[in-house]
Amino acid sequence: MKILVAVKRVIDYNVQIRVKEDGTGVVTDNVKMSTNPPDDNAIEEAVKIKEAGKATEVVAVTVGEEKAQETVRKALAVGADRGIHVKVDGILEPLAVSKILQKIVDKEKPDLVFMGKQAIDDDCNQTGQMLSALLNWPQATFASKIDVKDNKLEVTREIDEGLETIEINVPAIVTCDLRLNEPRYASLPNIMKAKKKPIEEIAASDLGVDVSPRLEQLKVEEPPKRKAGIKVANVAELVQKLKNEAKVI
Amino acid sequence: MAVLLIAEHNNKELRPFTLNAATAASQIDSDVHAVIIGQNSADAAKQLSELPVVKKVLSVEGAHYENFTAENFAPVIVKLAENYSHIICSANTFGKNLMPRIAAHLDTSQVSDIIKVISPDTFLRPIYAGNAFATIKSNDVKKCVTIRPTSFDPCESAGGSAPIEKVDASEEFSNTKFIKREEIKSDRPELGTARIVVSGGRGMQSGDNFKLITEIADKLGAAIGASRAAVDAGYISNDHQVGQTGKVVVPDLYIAIGISGAIQHLAGMKESKVIVAINKDGEAPIFSVADYGLEADLFEALPQFMEELNKLNTIQK
Repeated sequence: MKILVAVKRVIDYNVQIRVKEDGTGVVTDNVKMSTNPPDDNAIEEAVKIKEAGKATEVVAVTVGEEKAQETVRKALAVGADRGIHVKVDGILEPLAVSKILQKIVDKEKPDLVFMGKQAIDDDCNQTGQMLSALLNWPQATFASKIDVKDNKLEVTREIDEGLETIEINVPAIVTCDLRLNEPRYASLPNIMKAKKKPIEEIAASDLGVDVSPRLEQLKVEEPPKRKAGIKVANVAELVQKLKNEAKVI
Repeated sequence: MAVLLIAEHNNKELRPFTLNAATAASQIDSDVHAVIIGQNSADAAKQLSELPVVKKVLSVEGAHYENFTAENFAPVIVKLAENYSHIICSANTFGKNLMPRIAAHLDTSQVSDIIKVISPDTFLRPIYAGNAFATIKSNDVKKCVTIRPTSFDPCESAGGSAPIEKVDASEEFSNTKFIKREEIKSDRPELGTARIVVSGGRGMQSGDNFKLITEIADKLGAAIGASRAAVDAGYISNDHQVGQTGKVVVPDLYIAIGISGAIQHLAGMKESKVIVAINKDGEAPIFSVADYGLEADLFEALPQFMEELNKLNTIQK
């Protein structure tokens, strides 16, 4: 079994986001960037499956500008075998990314494609589902547990009402929840080794995919600020305020 | 062209957020049709026909629709889509799972999780866990839009009498099989729609200690929430998680207990009308969004809070 894992470079989850004054986006210059957190879970799961002897190869792919390659390098450092970097400048919509990934799937013929359930920058939550639609493959979204059984996967999904379990036939797409596993850290020797692992570079323009945007971002603004609250001295004062001032209990 | 709303239901009745999505749909165009796909879902279809904003109901029945599998739902909606300008659904796990599959088939760039309809092609949506709001204009012919349910009021649920039209089922997708659903049953209000939410974080230190929260929630008629840290630590099940990757709640009162207030948690609750934070760390970021902050050890504060509530003559429910 061969597993393709898609990873995205995003602003680190700990960074306090600042909106640009001209309203064209958020500040990304000199801001710490990292792999999208649930994409780390996707890589970890693929590597674990390989370590359990149930997969033969883990390939990490990213779509993005020059520096996006860092995310593939990081995936190689925690156990992916080789990488693919589809180079493209500018921000792509999930539909365009899924079309690019479809081309990579055609080329690589993986049995499984893993990725995070959502990117924490645009919060779209679309790419995995779109890719599975384009391939007409089964989709197991928001996965918090994966059991590999021959040519099937049993996947537990996190849904609003609780948990759902489905069985999907390979080939299939799985989008990963943060609770799927605990991503490992790359050790120094493995980081050194990862530098020797191959990353294939492909220009998005060579894939014959229309990636032109369909959406226009007219404006990005700060959300309305909450007015500063007060600190109360004790529980009695808190309850009194909730009852008589806020009138919510 | 009319707008197509995808109803969410459990085959017996509509799920509450269908009413919020109906409101959003009606803000895009007054001609709202609603599709309901399920098995033995006639009662839910009738409920849908009674929403005054819905002008026509399309009912699709089939055994393979019983468990709402996106792979089975998407082809039905894609086929219906030719008659509609917009496809609308809630941005909860049902809609998040389903809509992109439809959008990709229609070659449309989906607009996810909108909080406001500015015009039929322009929408406001939060990005970066709600730390920025983006105004997005869609230039696609057909627009696939998911709506954040708590940003739209539920529509009226009675008084309408839309015709119910049967639509043919599509083929079953055989590579996905439903096994089971484990729903956590509770007599408490649903987290997404509750008037009051009491939430616990890592500061609770154990699952057992959540009984301090349960007690208060019962007294207030509140739903119980949790931070991701508390869910990850196994104190409470995942359906309670509030935040960027959990549920977004907008109650009248949100009480955050032992929650430090990571960006990812704030994303799920900072639009609440009144926010209370109880935390022993006076520097915790949760205090920056709290209307009322109490710097205290929760294991002392919660029993006192219960005591004070017991002293009140009346509590709003």
